[in-house]
Amino acid sequence: MSVSTLTIDGQAVAMAVGATLLEAAREVGIAIPTLCHLEGLSPVAACRLCLVEIEGSGKLQPACITPVLEGMVVRTDSPTLRDYRRTVIELLFTEGNHVCAVCVANGHCELQDRAVEVGMDHSRLPYRFPDRAVDLSHQRFGLDHNRCILCTRCVRVCDEVEGAHVWDVAWRGEHCRIIAGLDQPWGAVDACTDCGKCVMVCPTGALFPKGDTVEEKHEDPSQLVALLRARQARQGAPP
Amino acid sequence: MSSPSVSTTGSINGKLRLATVWLAGCSGCHMSFLDLDEWLIELADCMDMVFSPVASDSKEYPQDVDLCLVEGGVANSDNLALILQVRARTRLLVSFGDCALSANVPGMRNMLGGAEPVLRRGYLELADDSGVMPHAPGIVPELLPQVLPLHEVVPVDFYLPGCPPSAARIRAFLEPLLRGEAPLMEGAEMIRFG
Repeated sequence: MSVSTLTIDGQAVAMAVGATLLEAAREVGIAIPTLCHLEGLSPVAACRLCLVEIEGSGKLQPACITPVLEGMVVRTDSPTLRDYRRTVIELLFTEGNHVCAVCVANGHCELQDRAVEVGMDHSRLPYRFPDRAVDLSHQRFGLDHNRCILCTRCVRVCDEVEGAHVWDVAWRGEHCRIIAGLDQPWGAVDACTDCGKCVMVCPTGALFPKGDTVEEKHEDPSQLVALLRARQARQGAPP
Repeated sequence: MSSPSVSTTGSINGKLRLATVWLAGCSGCHMSFLDLDEWLIELADCMDMVFSPVASDSKEYPQDVDLCLVEGGVANSDNLALILQVRARTRLLVSFGDCALSANVPGMRNMLGGAEPVLRRGYLELADDSGVMPHAPGIVPELLPQVLPLHEVVPVDFYLPGCPPSAARIRAFLEPLLRGEAPLMEGAEMIRFG
């Protein structure tokens, strides 16, 4: 196995070629905040929260998809990065309608957690108050576009783990949103197996079980890892 | 980020001149303030409450206020006039609770795109045949097109999130201020929304 040696925040790290900066940082106990990233799903660098500084590069790079290279010198914390991370969270809060007080995920929301971590006591950016829809056509689950941060965890889990590929991302800019099927009501998409994995991995209150009211959504996205391990064990076991 | 100074200036007896104001919010932040219970008695020893919907009979917002907690966003012409007056007469203005910080639940009308569709929905479409649009200039304040967070209208010195901020959070915010220190606004106990 070929190994790259690099430096992260002054610490020397040796990682297998192909590993990402995020994996390398976690290996040595350096926490980089993430939101779209979820262990068990392919990384997509959608949220930009894990941006890091790499010596010799003028651009900030997302740690979740940047492979380690021999001799890299990486900084995961600086005034610039702290300001970018807070701004990313403020952008997410002001772009949609995240009314925490009346949200199913209030108190169990990764967006709220990250806001605390980046020190957001208010948004320095103006709120947009966009007009967005809620899809309640599915028998068991709902999709509230107001609370969606386009992390695409639902898209990835449905495609990569469930194999149903119900979800996609459509349109651009402020019109960008998650769609079911060919932009159909969720309940009308035959491909959906009603498994609920998208609801399980959603970091906010955008996807939720229909019976849940304020603060009642308690899904744990890290359950995905347990599910994948169990599947792997069964596939590896003799028949 | 530099913190504003917190010494008193306007008082005659050396006590902090405190005010609380209620704009477009549900009054929950004020209820949470009252949840400070017996600590309110200690608070009363070191400050004068000069204006408040829950602790003062004053109708006119006074001059030379040291610290004002403002609950709620800016939703109508009365809110706007009052917050401009509060800002002009107050040294340290605190955005108190999620409605003041983000417009929160009152701001959910903003998605309908203006005051008119909201009034039409509330007073005509959902009414029986007797529905009329409210219009009483000088008596009923006109709705602004959007409910705005305080800091999008006037400069704000401190932000105290929460819906409502718990009594413990309010106390942890006020105690350092009473000692002349800036409160440390970090961690889930102090700045988590909702």
